[in-house]
Amino acid sequence: MGLELYLDLMSQPCRAVYIFAKKNGIPFQLRTVELLKGQHYTDSFGQVNPLRKVPALKDGDFTLAESVAILLYLSRKYKAPDHWYPQDLQARARVDEYLSWQHTTLRSCCTRAMWQKMLFPVFLGQPVPPETLAATLAELDRCLQLLEDKFLRNQAFLTGSQISLADLVAITELMHPVSAGCQVFECRPKLAAWRQRVESAVGEDLFQEAHEVILKAKDIPPADPALKEKLRQALQGLLQ
Amino acid sequence: MSGATRSLPVLLLQNTVSVFLAVIAVRANPAMGLELYLDLLSQPCRAVFIFAKKNGIPFQLRTVHIFKGQNCSKEFLQINSLQRVPVLKDGDFILTESSAILIYLSCKYQVADHWYPSDLQTRSQIQEYLGWHADNIRSIFGVPLWIRVPEEKVNRNRTYMDHALQQLESKFLGDKPFLVGQQVSLADLMLLEELIQPVAVGYDVFVGRPRLAAWRGRIEAFLDTELWQEAHGVIFNILEQMAKKTLPVPPPETQKYMLLRISKIP
Repeated sequence: MGLELYLDLMSQPCRAVYIFAKKNGIPFQLRTVELLKGQHYTDSFGQVNPLRKVPALKDGDFTLAESVAILLYLSRKYKAPDHWYPQDLQARARVDEYLSWQHTTLRSCCTRAMWQKMLFPVFLGQPVPPETLAATLAELDRCLQLLEDKFLRNQAFLTGSQISLADLVAITELMHPVSAGCQVFECRPKLAAWRQRVESAVGEDLFQEAHEVILKAKDIPPADPALKEKLRQALQGLLQ
Repeated sequence: MSGATRSLPVLLLQNTVSVFLAVIAVRANPAMGLELYLDLLSQPCRAVFIFAKKNGIPFQLRTVHIFKGQNCSKEFLQINSLQRVPVLKDGDFILTESSAILIYLSCKYQVADHWYPSDLQTRSQIQEYLGWHADNIRSIFGVPLWIRVPEEKVNRNRTYMDHALQQLESKFLGDKPFLVGQQVSLADLMLLEELIQPVAVGYDVFVGRPRLAAWRGRIEAFLDTELWQEAHGVIFNILEQMAKKTLPVPPPETQKYMLLRISKIP
């Protein structure tokens, strides 16, 4: 079968995996799992990942979930250039540090910003209290400040002078609130410059390709009623 | 320096100068060695502490009492502007995030393979667990050690905890002795300390979960009693301190920070 990657490019971590695999010429079969159509609830996908999350990887009999784990697996198995996940102990620790930090900070608020600003009202037809959205956007702002102050500082990339997995994971996260119409780069020239560097390093075409779906998120038709209820219940946690 | 040959007197002079400069360097900046900034009330701090001790990694313990607001001090802000623990300081190199610290220590001190196996698939499974852990355990199992939380929030949180533990047992632990493979790894330490936290404040998550209880027993057996006591003495004392009202009242900055953390726990 070869390597299979189960992805939905609506999802930030899926985009990071997609870009990484394509950029490094890793041969894989793309298995699209459309979350907004409930395709992650199928029995066949349950075989690949019982937690029903994307991204998921299947390499022969070996299955793997969690984007960071998948990125590290691909990086090592396909011997990606060192800068993505350096051999040097301290350089690598910087990448590990970012990949750990981002889970409960940037990732969390980018997901909630997208859902609260766009997907709940437009796709699920559920209005979100303005105070909730305001609090989420304030938190996003705080995270962006931390991204600049603690990680980027005066470096070209988040963990040094070259692009690494940290930058890929971060940029794909930030494109989420961008797609929802949030101001992310407009008042942050340092971050905007970093974005340009990351896009160049990845390749403009590949970057556009990976983000085509999410950038059209506002045109997604409302969910069909049966699915709407199921998704709404599963996603209530995103309204905090 | 080029490989050109030099006359003997010049070589002797150069060597003398090098030795002299080296001696100056050592006296001016004595090697600090590894420093770990920890508060043993914190789950990820205990994981790092246990790991370092169990593997005989020499370090200087720098205790940072969150309750006394020491993480907000000017000195500590130089170490970590995010005011969080654990932090590792290795010479000039400063590192935050417990999983990053554990991985760094594993590799630098070349600990036994089972902690962070070099086999690609096994190592990936540890990373897979750590990813899930960040979203489903770390963000849910934070237990407020200081203020009372409304009943409704406690009950809601317990529901999330139960759901997470169900997933944990079915997807990660299963019938295996440890989370990933046959021996203890970083993943087990990270999880253990998160589960000890609610236990310490009176909510025993191991009750009614025999597989999880057996797993805990295996880790306890693996770590000797003395290390277990040393790591858990502080947290297991917390209820008694709360009852005797000997727990310090956190300063306002710390209270604000704790309230923010609590508000993020679903």
